[in-house]
Amino acid sequence: MDIKDIIKPENIVYQKTKLFTEKPLSYCPGCGHGTAHRMLLEVLEEMNIQDKTVGIAPVGCSVLAYEFLDIDMQQAAHGRAPAVATAVKRLMPDKFVFTYQGDGDLAAIGTAETIHACNRGENFTMIFINNGIYGMTGGQMAPTTLPGMRASTCPFGRDTEIMGNPLKITELLAQLPGVYYVTRQAVHTPNAVRKTKKALRNAFEYQKLKKGISFVEIVSNCNSGWKMTPNQSNKWMEDNMFPFYPLGDIKVPQLEKV
Amino acid sequence: MAKVKGAIVVDIEKCKGCSVCIPACNQNVILLAKEVNGKGYQYAYMENPEACTGCVNCAIVCPDGVITVYRTKVEA
Ligand SMILES: Cc1ncc(C[n+]2csc(CCOP(=O)(O)OP(=O)(O)O)c2C)c(N)n1
Ligand code: SF4
Ligand code: SF4
Ligand code: SF4
Ligand SMILES: [Mg+2]
Repeated sequence: MDIKDIIKPENIVYQKTKLFTEKPLSYCPGCGHGTAHRMLLEVLEEMNIQDKTVGIAPVGCSVLAYEFLDIDMQQAAHGRAPAVATAVKRLMPDKFVFTYQGDGDLAAIGTAETIHACNRGENFTMIFINNGIYGMTGGQMAPTTLPGMRASTCPFGRDTEIMGNPLKITELLAQLPGVYYVTRQAVHTPNAVRKTKKALRNAFEYQKLKKGISFVEIVSNCNSGWKMTPNQSNKWMEDNMFPFYPLGDIKVPQLEKV
Repeated sequence: MAKVKGAIVVDIEKCKGCSVCIPACNQNVILLAKEVNGKGYQYAYMENPEACTGCVNCAIVCPDGVITVYRTKVEA
């Protein structure tokens, strides 16, 4: 069969969602941020809530998320996305509201905003891209950096004696009664991407119930910061990040039909 | 018997040559071109088009979402 007979509009089975703007993504080649964006948009599209959704972009590599996601967005000061999301959701309770934050943003400078929004049981979704590093600013150590992992501010690897232990903020937040749904996923293989999409769908469905925060961590690569090729970084992530940050559901609501 | 045939189209100018799609394809369809696009990236292309089943795995993992997948049934 000739390729020309396959490549016809009626045979399309997958294409980039129209909820992306035309702008090329500013992320490094192979970076998981783009895949995470795409799954988020596919969920909004499938739920047909793109016109009722407000996203809060962080400071970090995804600071420009509002340039790529063709939905209503606000950009917050570093770490303050949960505070901004609190205001947006309280003023417009019928909107679907989410934050999209890196580990430096959510688990370092924004720890107070994160914990208190979760503890107050605000009714929005938090999407947490954990790549164990400050990607945007040149790969400095983050609270999430693994023991022994190299970063520009710990070039010989994180020494926990001096630099302390990495923070599993997701497990910590799951303890809070204001947090309704917590899961940890990844976007480096087709199966992982499909599971992430399901998790994001759950998160937005749960948001409708107004029972608190729905929280989706995505363990992701920062191939530039880790100084690896994209495929090497994905392998490294499987071998090193997943044992410390295991994938799967952490808190699942009991018997709630959505 | 009906057989499934697939094909992909890569948006060459938006491909960043990251190679993430290559191991995602169980049929070993994809390679990077020797040529580069306008940004200087070697772009992905179907080296082995007959093997494509249109499973969409490559498109799902492409960080830049630059792969469109086509699939059709053919009577063998
Ligand atoms: C108040 C303030 N402090 C520090 C910075 C510098 N800064 C920009 S991005 C960033 C860390 C981003 O890391 P992360 O949130 O993990 O996002 P990534 O780039 O890894 O996706 C820092 C410290 C800033 N922009 N504003
Ligand atoms: S620096 Fe890291 S997190 Fe930022 S775009 Fe590049 S790979 Fe992604
Ligand atoms: S995953 Fe996408 S951007 Fe990367 S090489 Fe393949 S087609 Fe190009
Ligand atoms: S659609 Fe499936 S078989 Fe075809 S190139 Fe992509 S991953 Fe390979
Ligand atoms: Mg980070």
